Amino acid sequence: MEWYLPVIWAGLIGTAVAMYVILDGFDLGLGVLFPIAREEEERDVMMNSVAPFWDGNETWLVLGGGGLWVAFPQAYAVIMPALYLPVIGMLLALVLRGVSFEFRWVAKPSHGMWDIAFAGGSIVAAFLQGVILGGLIQGIEVADGQYAGGAFDWLTPFSVFTGLAVVAGYGLLGTTWLIMRTAGPTQDLGRQYAPMLLALVLGAMVVISLWTPLTVDRIAARWFSLPNFFFLWPIPLAAAGVGYLIWRWLRAGREGLPFVGSIILFLLGYVGLVISTVPYLVPPHLTFWDAAAAPASQIFLLIGTVFLLPLVLGYTAFVYWVFRGKVSPGEGYH
Amino acid sequence: MEFDPVLLARIQFAFTISFHIIFPAFTIGLSAFIAVLLLLWTATKNDKFHRIARFWTKIFAVSFAMGVVSGIVLSYQFGTNWSRFSEFSGNVIGPLIGYEVLTAFYLEATFLGILLFGWNRFPSWLVTLSAVLVALGTATSAFWILSANSWMHTPAGHEVRDGIAYPLDWLQVVFNPSFPYRLAHMVNAAYLTTAVVVLAVGARYLLAGRHVEESHTMLRMAVGMIAIAAPLQLVIGDLHGLNTLEHQPVKVAAMEGHWNGEAPGDLVLFGIPDEEARTNHYAVVVPHLGSLILTHTLEGTYPGISDFPEEEWPPILNVFFSFRIMVGIGLLLIAVGFWGAYLWWRGRLFTSRWFLLSSSYMWPLGFIAILAGWFVTEQGRQPWLVYGLLRTADGVSPVPGASVASTLALFVFIYGIVFSMGIYYINRLINAGPKDVPIETPAGVPNRPLSAAEEAAREATGRSRGEGPGRPLSEPEG
Ligand code: HDD
Ligand code: HEM
Ligand code: HEM
Repeated sequence: MEWYLPVIWAGLIGTAVAMYVILDGFDLGLGVLFPIAREEEERDVMMNSVAPFWDGNETWLVLGGGGLWVAFPQAYAVIMPALYLPVIGMLLALVLRGVSFEFRWVAKPSHGMWDIAFAGGSIVAAFLQGVILGGLIQGIEVADGQYAGGAFDWLTPFSVFTGLAVVAGYGLLGTTWLIMRTAGPTQDLGRQYAPMLLALVLGAMVVISLWTPLTVDRIAARWFSLPNFFFLWPIPLAAAGVGYLIWRWLRAGREGLPFVGSIILFLLGYVGLVISTVPYLVPPHLTFWDAAAAPASQIFLLIGTVFLLPLVLGYTAFVYWVFRGKVSPGEGYH
Repeated sequence: MEFDPVLLARIQFAFTISFHIIFPAFTIGLSAFIAVLLLLWTATKNDKFHRIARFWTKIFAVSFAMGVVSGIVLSYQFGTNWSRFSEFSGNVIGPLIGYEVLTAFYLEATFLGILLFGWNRFPSWLVTLSAVLVALGTATSAFWILSANSWMHTPAGHEVRDGIAYPLDWLQVVFNPSFPYRLAHMVNAAYLTTAVVVLAVGARYLLAGRHVEESHTMLRMAVGMIAIAAPLQLVIGDLHGLNTLEHQPVKVAAMEGHWNGEAPGDLVLFGIPDEEARTNHYAVVVPHLGSLILTHTLEGTYPGISDFPEEEWPPILNVFFSFRIMVGIGLLLIAVGFWGAYLWWRGRLFTSRWFLLSSSYMWPLGFIAILAGWFVTEQGRQPWLVYGLLRTADGVSPVPGASVASTLALFVFIYGIVFSMGIYYINRLINAGPKDVPIETPAGVPNRPLSAAEEAAREATGRSRGEGPGRPLSEPEG
């Protein structure tokens, strides 16, 4: 019991983070694309395509963070102070973009400020999420179970690079979402920018795959030692294959498949990062087991999760389903 | 420059949570109000309920968005600002927050989409059901978060080993001694606060002679609610205070401005507590009434501030004055409830200019009382973070003061903008009113360059957009 509980929880939190990255990813991605869309009507359509979902999407962030606290209080208590500035910066950026969903509509016709807030907030939030990811992969200094580094330890060329990579990645999810869910000028916009963003994302994945093993021995050992090497090489290969497929689908004018492909690409990248860091929550100091909450606490919430998470997934799917179909200026909601 | 990280972390937390609670207080009440209106509409088929519900839904949407984004900040601040506290209490109150996310946040966030965007896409029963689920979600959220907060005031069902709290009995953790009182007091406060806002808006319309039918309904519902909830709040508050006397006597002593525990307590109506001299200046008191309220006998005694060592004192002045602000507003609202009920009974509720005029200015009262109440509760807990177990100074994160100071400045700046614009927009929505609003243009201005001619044609053909389908705030028009 004691042994696998933390593993179950790591899996659950990992799932929550993956859900967050995908769901809020395309949602933030629309903000990343906002500056490119110049027409008010296009921006309206872009926002409308996620307006009913954004709140639910962001709730996965609360589950990820809250879940970390519940299941691994020690890791939570180390990571948050270590990444204090980027975390607070990301939250503030999310404040600005979140309120823009409502403010932008009630402010019309003088909503320019909220266009900027939505785009700026989304881009900064995406960037800082990437920085947080990079900061975690690099490792965090810990002494006596407490964060022991400085205020800017997270700021390195690597974390800046992962930040930019996440912006591009969310942008890709955003463009493919637009291709799937809208028609007309916004769909064209998606089609126009998706190939470029795809190239950027694939390039970034290559760079990160080389950069991390070169700078972190632990990761090099994980990937390049035998027999791991033989089990793991299909992952980069699959990523390359999916990248190629997305490109083909875009060329062929497919509407839904590029989005599905982008999600798979994201998941592959995510799995790659997980493989690099497992079993550390706070590399290279705290593993799942070091940071685990009391078994009684993990069990107490696990019981609820077993029943509630499927329910949540069920009604989330239901709401996506009832709002299915194209959103475009010509053919609105009624 | 030197910064005191503990003080800064406290200020930052107090600032962000005070900002947050304003919106939950309103959305808990408003979601219930909207759900009731839609149920009434389903039952009576009277369209006025539908119009009122749609009108408040727009305001609800703006308030909800501000509540959500400020809440997400808070859930991370436990770790960023209070990491040692998070580690200490994670085993015990972490799961409560986890349950809040799973039972409440997903429910409200997901069905909100249908409530806001579903008016004309989905059958009315689905929208009504979503409104009920959203209301349920907000109340459930209050349940869990207040349970967590109450555990910090009256910890139970745990044991502390090696400086970490471990759960022993979940029922005792969740239903810790102060929780039932705090939950009842807070949820009732939310309904009361919302009722006062609805009252003020209805009164404003009636004074201006607008939206008469809707205002009558709003006024009746609000007055009914206040007449019941305001006296109830006094009763719950009294019980809450008795419970606090049992568990945190020094907090009650500070609230009462009661220094000497040997003598029976007077009720200090007003005064200025002096921590040096250990007495109240300019005090206006009702002799023995304090004892009567807290011990139910005229001569009963209960601990005074001087009975505790000074390092156990909360900030006396803040607790003392915040408490008077809250109770003062509570008494005022009881009076408003009775006055309104009396006028209603005499058939003058809609015509008494005095009542309407004074009501129209009352909308902020509930919010002020809620903030004051939380200041009593939270400052009264000082110097403890988890009462008797963890001191505030020991709960803070190892983060440099300069980081906290700079993010605090950012919070004040960004929240300042968001808050003032939010209030401004809500005010604009209220000015636009229930009926005047063309569907896609809540503030009376087209959302998108929809031609004026098109609008006029709709008007002319009598396809009143006010009645029809379409989600006002954010819908692309077809
Ligand atoms: C009595 C009620 C109450 C209190 C004391 C708090 N909240 Fe809150 N919170 C709510 C009642 C609420 C709500 C009614 O459920 C919200 C308000 C905004 C909204 O409108 O939903 C909400 C939203 C909300 C959200 C966003 C949920 C979403 O994604 O939909 C988070 C993460 C938090 N809160 C977290 C907190 C934390 C960490 C608090 C304390 C430190 C806190 N809240 C105090
Ligand atoms: C929602 C209404 C609330 C308000 C307005 C409020 C207000 C405050 C204030 C003013 C302080 C600073 C006290 C001081 O340092 O002098 C504070 C501290 C704190 N509160 Fe609350 N509070 C609320 C609810 C909660 C809830 C629900 C929780 C947790 C579940 C909570 C947890 C804390 C913590 C961790 C601190 C910091 C430590 C401390 O200073 O004691 N609060 N709050
Ligand atoms: C009418 C007389 C009232 C009395 C006797 C009263 C009593 C109390 C007491 C004793 C506390 C402190 C609880 C603690 O020990 O921590 C408290 C807290 C609080 N009060 Fe009141 N109250 C009254 C009116 C109101 C009103 C009108 C509102 C808001 C509309 C309100 C909102 C709150 C809130 C939000 C808290 C903090 C949360 C809690 O601890 O319950 N109160 N009240």
